[in-house]
Parts: sequence; C-alpha cells; structure tokens
Amino acid sequence: MTKLITDPNLLQPDDFYQELTDLHRDLTPEQSAEINAKLILLLCNHIGDQAVLSEAMLIAKKNLKAA
Amino acid sequence: MLNTYTFPEYDYIRSKDQDAAEPVRHPVIVVGAGPIGMAMALDLALHDVPVVVLDDNNTVSVGSRAVCYAKRFLEIMDRLGIGQRLVDKGVTWNIGKVFFDRDLVYTFNMLPEEHHRRPGFINLQQYYLEEYMVDRIHELGGIDLRWKSKVTQVEQDETGATVTVETPEGSYRMQCDYLIACDGANSQIRSQCGLESKGQIFKDRFLIADVVMDPSNFPPERWFWFNPHFHEGQSTLLHRQADNVWRIDFDLGWDADPEEEKKPENIIPRVRAFLGDEVEFELEWASVYTFTCRRMDNFRLGRIFFAGDAAHQVSPFGARGANSGAQDTDNLAWKLKLVMDGRAPDSLLDTYSDERVYAADENILNSTRSTDFITPKNEISRVFRDATLSLARDYPFARRLVNSGRLSLPAVYTHSSLNTLDQETFVGNMLPGAPSTDAPVSKAGQEGYLLDHLGNQFNGLLFIEGKRDLSQAVLDQLSALYQAKIPLKSYLVCSHQVDLPLPDGVELLVDTLGVVKERFDATAGTFYVLRPDQHVCARMRQLDNNRVAAAIRKATAQ
Ligand SMILES: Cc1cc2nc3c(=O)[nH]c(=O)nc-3n(C[C@H](O)[C@H](O)[C@H](O)COP(=O)(O)OP(=O)(O)OC[C@H]3O[C@@H](n4cnc5c(N)ncnc54)[C@H](O)[C@@H]3O)c2cc1C
Repeated sequence: MTKLITDPNLLQPDDFYQELTDLHRDLTPEQSAEINAKLILLLCNHIGDQAVLSEAMLIAKKNLKAA
Repeated sequence: MLNTYTFPEYDYIRSKDQDAAEPVRHPVIVVGAGPIGMAMALDLALHDVPVVVLDDNNTVSVGSRAVCYAKRFLEIMDRLGIGQRLVDKGVTWNIGKVFFDRDLVYTFNMLPEEHHRRPGFINLQQYYLEEYMVDRIHELGGIDLRWKSKVTQVEQDETGATVTVETPEGSYRMQCDYLIACDGANSQIRSQCGLESKGQIFKDRFLIADVVMDPSNFPPERWFWFNPHFHEGQSTLLHRQADNVWRIDFDLGWDADPEEEKKPENIIPRVRAFLGDEVEFELEWASVYTFTCRRMDNFRLGRIFFAGDAAHQVSPFGARGANSGAQDTDNLAWKLKLVMDGRAPDSLLDTYSDERVYAADENILNSTRSTDFITPKNEISRVFRDATLSLARDYPFARRLVNSGRLSLPAVYTHSSLNTLDQETFVGNMLPGAPSTDAPVSKAGQEGYLLDHLGNQFNGLLFIEGKRDLSQAVLDQLSALYQAKIPLKSYLVCSHQVDLPLPDGVELLVDTLGVVKERFDATAGTFYVLRPDQHVCARMRQLDNNRVAAAIRKATAQ
C-alpha cells in the first residue's frame, strides 16, 4: 500500500515555498481561503489514494494550537 | 391555491367488525394508507394475504410532498401493477443541470445506460401516486381499506396485536397476527410502543412552492442553483411535475420565519425574482419545511413492523423517502408470506430489520452529505463548496464532488445473512444482495423486459447457448426445484428461440440483444437465484440443485 511521503520529495523546496507564498501575497484572507481550498481539491484528486489522503489529514490535525 | 388537482374523497364505510361482540382477528393490519402502507397492502395481496388497512383520513396526500420517483421504485410499482400509469402521467427526466451564481456549471445524465424499461427518474405529485394506489387496491381485491379509521391504541402479546380504532361512529377493537405500522414520520404506533426514531434535524428552512406555468418556459430537467443571483439563500431547485406544475425549492436559512414566508405576498416576489418578470405563473401550493434524518434502532418489535417514514426519515435531497419506503415493503411482504405459511422460521422476519436498517443508514448518509453540501455547516465548508463549484465549470473531477442530491439507488444487501457467498469468480454488479438489473427480453415472441418476469416467488436464471446445453437431466433438475416446498421458477436465457418442450416451472426468455448475459456476467451454464423481491441471493457457474436448495434455505433463514 502507498504511504504518504514525509521525507523530502521536492527538488527545489525553496522555489516551491516561495511560489506558494507569492500566490497569496496580495490577497484578502477570503481570497486566500478560496485558493487554498482549490489547491487542496486539485491536489487530492491528483493523489487519488484515499489512504494517503487520510494519513495526511490525520497529521495535519495533530498539535493544533488551542482555540 | 391549488387548481390542477381535485382531491378524491373516499367514503367511510362501516365495517361489520364494528358490530362484532369480540374483537375480530385478521392476519395482517396495516396502519396508514400513505404510499408505503398501500404498497405494503398491495404486495401482500399479490401474495394472497388478506389485509386490513386503516387510515385516519379520507383522501390522498395534501400539499407539496414527494416528487421524484427513481427507477427502482418504478420497477417495484410495475410489480404492484401501477408502474405504467405512473410513468404515463409523470414527467420523465434524465438530465440535471447545476448552476453556480449566474452560470451553468455542468449538465449530467441520470441514466447513462441504455436498455432499461424505466428511466432514471420520473416526477409526479404524491397525490397521483396515492390515488393510483387506491385505484389499484380496489381493482386487485383482497384489501379492506378503511378510511376515517384512526388507530389510537396498540397492545401486543406473543401471538399478535390488538388495536383500538376510532371512527366517526365510535371506536372498536381488532386483533391481528401481524401489524405493519406505516403511519408516517410522527408514528403514534412507534411512540405507543415506547420507541423512538433518532437522528438529526437540519438547522435550515426550505420554502417549497408549487407553481403552474407554461411548459415552454423550461425543459423537463432538474435545475439546481447554488448561491443563485436571484435569491439570497443558499440554493434553489426547479423541477417539473405533471399538469405543468413546477416545484421550486428555496433554501431560506434557519432564521427565516416560517409563518411569514408561507404568505403568498412573500412567496410571489421570490418566485418572480427567480423566473423573471415575463414568465406568468400561478401559485398552487406552498409550505415551509425543516428536514430531519433519523431512524429507529430496529424496525421490528415482536409482531409489529415499522416501514416507510415511521421507521426512517431523510431530507428530500436525493429523493430517498418514498423511494426507500417502497423498498421496505418490497423486502417485508414475501418474508411475511413465507413465515405465515409456516414455510420459513420467524427469524426470517428479523432480516427485514437487518436489511432495511442497513439501507436506511445508506440513505441517511447520502441524504446528510447532500444536505451538508447544499447548506454548509460552517464557513470553511462553504469555502470548500464554492471552490468545488467554481472548479467544476472547467475540471471534470470537481463535478463528481458537487452534491445537490445523489441519484436514489436501491441498497445492495452485500452483508445480508440471506446471501450465499460466491464460490466462483464473477464480475459486474449482479452480486448477491443486489436488486436485479433490467434488460430487454422476449418471451414466446412477446417483447418485454426481464423484470416483467421476476418476482413474487423465487426465480432462477439459467443461461444457455442453445439446445445442446439442455439435457433431460438439466430440465429434471429445474422441474424438481419448481416442485420443492419453496418453489423456484426458472427461466432459460438464450440468445435465440429454442424449440423444446419445457416442464412446468421452466420458461424461455430470449435475450434479444445479449444484454442480460452481459449484465449478469454469464457464461453457458451460469445459474442465478433471485428472491421474490428480485434481489440476487446466489449464483453459480454450473447448475447444482444441492447448491440451489441450500441457497434457498439460506435465503429463508433456515
Ligand atoms: C417536501 C417534501 C418532498 C419530498 N420529496 C420526495 C421525493 O422527491 N421522493 C421521495 O421518494 N420522497 C420524497 N419525500 C418523502 C415522502 O413524502 C415520504 O417519504 C412518504 O410520504 C412516506 O410515506 P409513508 O406512507 O411512510 O408516510 P405518510 O405519507 O406520512 O403516510 C402516513 C399515513 O398514515 C396515516 N396515519 C397516521 N397516523 C395514523 C393513525 N394513528 N391511524 C391511522 N392512520 C394514520 C396518515 O393519515 C397518512 O395517510 C418528500 C417529503 C417532503 C416533505
């Protein structure tokens, strides 16, 4: 079974990170939320493996800051 | 309001049971002559079980209720004898359109597969369905339908139930071996039994308006708007019904005042904003609803069975209310008949609850997911929903995520204890637990469909390639299955007519297009066993009477 890749997998991590933050640079929080939602949907479909997605969701939910 | 339909008034007729010194005993009493109570009665009558039906009212369903009836519902109604009438009067549709704000996001087809008698859906006002059922009850005979007869009290012991019935001429008591409670969402039988239907109420209100207008304004399609520009709520749904009546559903939000919203002076501007100033319409009926998804823990309590809304309730998105209720009675009737005849043990009746609770959970899950998509629970759910809709315009993957109500599909009883596990490999959908698919066949030169021939008794399908697959031994086996305590009637399925004398209980269906064979993943010799409700319960690559007999024992809880 595929597992979520948690070891480095991006060839140019700094480039990726900058592109991601640039994307949001001049946006309102609402617009950012919209972009994030679209990104998640697009990427989840690309991954397509429910087990991998569930694993990612589980990790994402860990250690949340107190509300 | 309301001018396209005249509500029939059925007469209260005094029953001789009212004059009896002791409570008269009947095999089965059904409480409630809604669609599910009447389906129950018709199904039992087809099995020659005499039924008394009691209803507190004397007419059919008033107001805006069920509209969409799905393919499987129509197939059950075919078996009960009113399918064609429903389809003739109803509006057949397969196309759905989804809009977001001002734009068409995408179009979908509910029935992409050809060669079925029935379409994906028809739309028809619930009062027509009920009227046709009453007509069919009178035509069929064997059903004692008593109007203005309200059940006010129920008691039961190990042998049956006793009901107190209130009529315009006072009350009387009756007894029965089995009581079927089809008395709707607020079932009093349920509360009298100390039972509950548990689940969630959605914090949202919907205005449901039925309007009459010229049919050239809109095609017979389902149009669903998210964030419509003409209405400040979450969604609007437009659906065509018979007699040029259109159903419009406006999501109003939780804070709306139902009494205010129900007033024509408030409804008409909403509808006008939606349809535009040019379109003329007349308001037929309107009401404001909140929706609930809930079910009972068990649909059986001793000799009392719960079916339809009494047992489970869903929000209407996905049209699973009446659709699933008819599958309850489809499931229960044959089991009750076998147990009443002493041909199957009482434990067969427990599987009614097992199978239909499973189905109810599936329906509740689907309906809850649709409702949550339509009315997002919080801000971030709304963000995801709107993102999905905006991607759906250009990217097909997102269309699969849009949920404005899923096609009402019948449950496949995959885990039912009545199924016999496959011993050989099969592909496709006709696995044990699945309701039979349909396909064109002809019998003795008569064109028709497979489902015309299945049901009300156990059926076998033996796929053959020609005469050479039909030894006397095979025919003797099929004949023996027909002579058994629980008879199984077989059909030989072949691509062409075979001229050979066939014994009683064996008939030939010509698979004119080869579609039956394909849908059942059959090869020469493949044999399927189907229950009286047309669900597959066993299959094998070669007919083996021992295996078939064992499968029938299993399917009848023996
Ligand atoms: C707005 C709306 C839209 C819907 N759309 C759809 C749809 O598109 N497709 C779909 O499949 N479903 C739909 N439904 C659901 C559908 O209407 C119900 O699931 C269906 O009516 C249930 O039938 P029933 O026979 O179980 O109950 P009911 O229709 O409620 O019938 C119960 C009957 O029992 C009688 N009764 C009650 N108590 C007693 C008593 N004590 N003694 C004697 N008689 C009694 C009542 O008078 C009534 O006749 C919709 C519902 C609503 C509200």
